Amino acid sequence: MMKVGVVDYKAGNLKSVETALRHIGANFFISDRVEELSKADKLVIPGVGEARAAMENLASRGLDTLIRDFYRSGRYLLGICIGIQLVFEHSDERDTTCLGLVKGNVVRFPSDMGLKVPQIGWNQVRVVRENPLFKGIESDTSFYFVHSFYPKPLDRSVILSETEYGVVFASSINQNNLYAVQFHPEKSGKPGLKLLENFVEL
Amino acid sequence: MLEKRVVVCLDVKNGRTTKGVRFKDNRDIGDPVEMAKFYYEEGADELVFYDITASAEGRKIMIDVVRRVAEVIFIPFSVGGGIGSVDDMRSVLLAGAEKVSVNSQAVKNPAIIEEGASLFGNQCIVLGLDAKRDSEMKNGYRVVINGGRTPTNLDALEWAIKAEKLGAGEIVLNSIDADGTQEGYENRLTRLISENVGIPVVASGGAGVPEHLYTVFTEGKADAALIASMVHYRKYSIREIKEYLANRGVPVRMVW
Repeated sequence: MMKVGVVDYKAGNLKSVETALRHIGANFFISDRVEELSKADKLVIPGVGEARAAMENLASRGLDTLIRDFYRSGRYLLGICIGIQLVFEHSDERDTTCLGLVKGNVVRFPSDMGLKVPQIGWNQVRVVRENPLFKGIESDTSFYFVHSFYPKPLDRSVILSETEYGVVFASSINQNNLYAVQFHPEKSGKPGLKLLENFVEL
Repeated sequence: MLEKRVVVCLDVKNGRTTKGVRFKDNRDIGDPVEMAKFYYEEGADELVFYDITASAEGRKIMIDVVRRVAEVIFIPFSVGGGIGSVDDMRSVLLAGAEKVSVNSQAVKNPAIIEEGASLFGNQCIVLGLDAKRDSEMKNGYRVVINGGRTPTNLDALEWAIKAEKLGAGEIVLNSIDADGTQEGYENRLTRLISENVGIPVVASGGAGVPEHLYTVFTEGKADAALIASMVHYRKYSIREIKEYLANRGVPVRMVW
């Protein structure tokens, strides 16, 4: 059975990702060590928090290089929440240089539109490109979001789904073997568990 | 479009869900873990647990409840009641809660909001604000603590704005006047706070029929609405409430 490594870089609580993966019967382990994670068949990069602290935590453990190498090796990765933001080139959150796997940057929701920031709650995810991550999940199903920043891919063909919150933004992306979602599948009820299952089964 | 959340509240005492007018006449109405699973499957968007046990022993039981709830539901939930330090926050979050809420303790020591937000992120820190109508206050509502029994000198709106500045990510706004009446939320209070802060406001206290949720979302400008009695006694199902809201044009999550 494929073994999923969950990257623990001390950015927030991994408990909910852990219980969700256990619930769907995934074969997984949690680690912050390059030598262990490099042996995984798939990688999940979860986390809440702030981009700069996240990048610093990754770098201090050599996990930034691990993720780049893992991507180049062709094995599947799934970034969740801050995980989708880190794969881009740059985040406006404290002017942070990110991993640079996907061309584009991460920007803040505009504050002049009367919107509450962060966006907290359930919002519809409109699938714009058919893909195995959303297999069995209807377009416009709601997922749970908590975020102040969102990704802006340069190449729009990487966008898997879009969500509207004042602006229409890329709520999930796929580039080669890399998948990433801005919402929290581990907190999005059955559709979220289904999405995690789909990733594990890729 | 971001949907309006229907949040179910469970008061927990010594590991059991209770319900009364808060802090008074509490009746045992079930196992919180089983109830959490039931509401999760019924389509609740979020759950809130209040630990109304005052003892250290009860606190340990609560952490165990949180741990078991986290194993069976895959929607966000928050835990409040007696949170007085960042260590209390940490133990609740590590047990699997998404958010932790502070109320009386934050009034006594506002720095706990700031410390919690910088350690765990703003999105984790919820301010529980109990407000009571009071014409002596600048904006018409006074902050009360200890379950409504102790008045403070704080104006409810000013406290909400201050808590946001300190780093609270959300406010659960409970009207002491409406709480337990089942006659409707305090819409004027909800709107006052919601329109003057940049973080989500969860209206609490007074829900009796689905129309009350409709008015607090539309007139009260609430981002979410807390319900308890109306579902605990099976008067309504979550689906019925959401269908009512959807039919009246309120965006709510209908597939789960």
